[in-house]
Amino acid sequence: MKILKLLFKNAFRHKLRTGLTILGMTIAILAFGLLRTVVSAWYAGVEASSANRLVTRNSISLVFSLPISYKEKIRQVDGVKLVSYGNWFGGIYIDEKHFFANFAVEPTSYLELYPEIVLPPDRKDAFLRDRKGAIAGRKLAERFGWKIGDTVTLKGTIFPGNWDFVLRGIYYGRDKSTDETTLLFHWDYLNETMKKTVPRRADQVGFFMIGITNPNLAAEVSVAIDKLFKNSLAETLTETEKSFQLSFISMTEAIVVAIQLVSFVVIIIILAVVANTMAMTTRERMGEYAILKALGFGGGYIAALILGESLVITSIGSVLGVAATFPAAHYFSSALSAFFPVFNVAPGTIYMDIAASFIVGIAAAVIPALRAVNIRIADGLRRIG
Amino acid sequence: MENNKPLIVQIRDLYKSYRRGAQIIPVLENITLDIQEGEFLALMGPSGSGKSTLLNLIAGIDGADSGNIKIGGVEITSLSETELAHWRANNVGFIFQFYNLIPVLTAFENVELPLLLTGLSKKERREHVAVALRVVGLSDRIDHYPGQLSGGQQQRVAIARAVVTDPTILVADEPTGDLDRVSAREVLDLIGRLNTESGKTIIMVTHDPRAAERAHLIKHLDKGVLHEDTKASL
Repeated sequence: MKILKLLFKNAFRHKLRTGLTILGMTIAILAFGLLRTVVSAWYAGVEASSANRLVTRNSISLVFSLPISYKEKIRQVDGVKLVSYGNWFGGIYIDEKHFFANFAVEPTSYLELYPEIVLPPDRKDAFLRDRKGAIAGRKLAERFGWKIGDTVTLKGTIFPGNWDFVLRGIYYGRDKSTDETTLLFHWDYLNETMKKTVPRRADQVGFFMIGITNPNLAAEVSVAIDKLFKNSLAETLTETEKSFQLSFISMTEAIVVAIQLVSFVVIIIILAVVANTMAMTTRERMGEYAILKALGFGGGYIAALILGESLVITSIGSVLGVAATFPAAHYFSSALSAFFPVFNVAPGTIYMDIAASFIVGIAAAVIPALRAVNIRIADGLRRIG
Repeated sequence: MENNKPLIVQIRDLYKSYRRGAQIIPVLENITLDIQEGEFLALMGPSGSGKSTLLNLIAGIDGADSGNIKIGGVEITSLSETELAHWRANNVGFIFQFYNLIPVLTAFENVELPLLLTGLSKKERREHVAVALRVVGLSDRIDHYPGQLSGGQQQRVAIARAVVTDPTILVADEPTGDLDRVSAREVLDLIGRLNTESGKTIIMVTHDPRAAERAHLIKHLDKGVLHEDTKASL
């Protein structure tokens, strides 16, 4: 007879109680996994950043633009390989509920700078040829049922008017962390329209994306770029793409911290639930543990029985919770794609689930196990009958 | 019993008390007792007289305040907890009033339990268990769980578990206390056979005079004091 067999048999002696505890553990691991995934999703932009890319923006705020003429000066800085640029367009599709990110970019350099944006060659050519053309991420196109050739109309908020784009391509991400919910279109289309309608806003960009030859040069290149425009009307702030993304997260850091705290509170709650189950179980079986001790079984065996039973319960709950996390995350990904373009369950989250279930399993059983190990046999036997 | 048989149990000046709050309640006082190998001793006495406590001390599952207990030449009062557990596994077979079988284990698995502490192979364990269950007449119930057995059958499984390791002594605490008359008789017959046919030394605590009659020797405890033998049957 193997101890594992006894552990499973013991664990399911009180089926309702064990079932409810496993259900609680499943829900806790599911909640923990989803909350950790939300945190990961918050940092998806950071994770997707490349060490080879810098972002230059107006040093006062992102709201303020930079002259397009900076491009050539930036290109001449040592260590700079490629310069692209663009604007946050902020257009609304149908209404505010259908939010998604949309940018006007210089397409050739932008796609070269972002090899993780994968587009079939013919679609890329079609996009580059059509000044009113646009490309959308796979998830975005699926969300609205767009097909190539469809006209997508955005209502400008920063740039007034209705803007029609012809969907020329649907890109997909090379990496799991690549955002597939963005719409990109030609900056020239925006700029030419601005020249006609609001000339003072023409030839202005929101940011420059800069490809550098060596990531180790990032700091030097950044300093060199910002130095070029010091004391100009539009001073610049250049930073790595990662720092740029982190600066967005820092604005909402309190929310991220709150989510992290809640995820750990969930684990503490389930720890109390499992501990209660194990305390009841052990109290009921104190006589049996006394019998085992009388037969000559040592404290280690008794402790292994109790800790093992607790681990059986938490492990089953954990496996079910992890299994449920993937479909749940898929649902969340679809439902919240506007807020979380990338919502993938990371391997690190699964490792944390497993670690949490192990810690809960052990911690919940420590005190009951100590009580059982230390009970006097004669006292334990008195509890039977 | 023959008088020339070696002593298996030697108890000298044994004291045991319990603490209830600030009060110390003496349970056993100055107990001195010798039991020969192959003896079948019944301990009788009113509730609270200390007979179960004395049995627990002999079985090494409780500790004395003072005095000595030597069993099979081993001074068990000087053993550590770990040594005592090892000693119990090899030398004591337990039969309890409420059988105390593990409900999620079959009859076979319950009997096999004490053998897990030995170095026997799986095959050897299976053979030992089969013999023990045959001795108690339950060869056809090996896959039954305690809940599927009658009280008498459960007690017979418990007896099989007690003898499967071939212990030095068998201790039985009210072994018929939870059984009907027929089952009680069967269990007492079985215990008697273990003594007469296998030569097991048996110490049995009982309230039941009919059970006590099966023993060679009856000793009475009253208020923690062991009295002279009142009856020696057979």
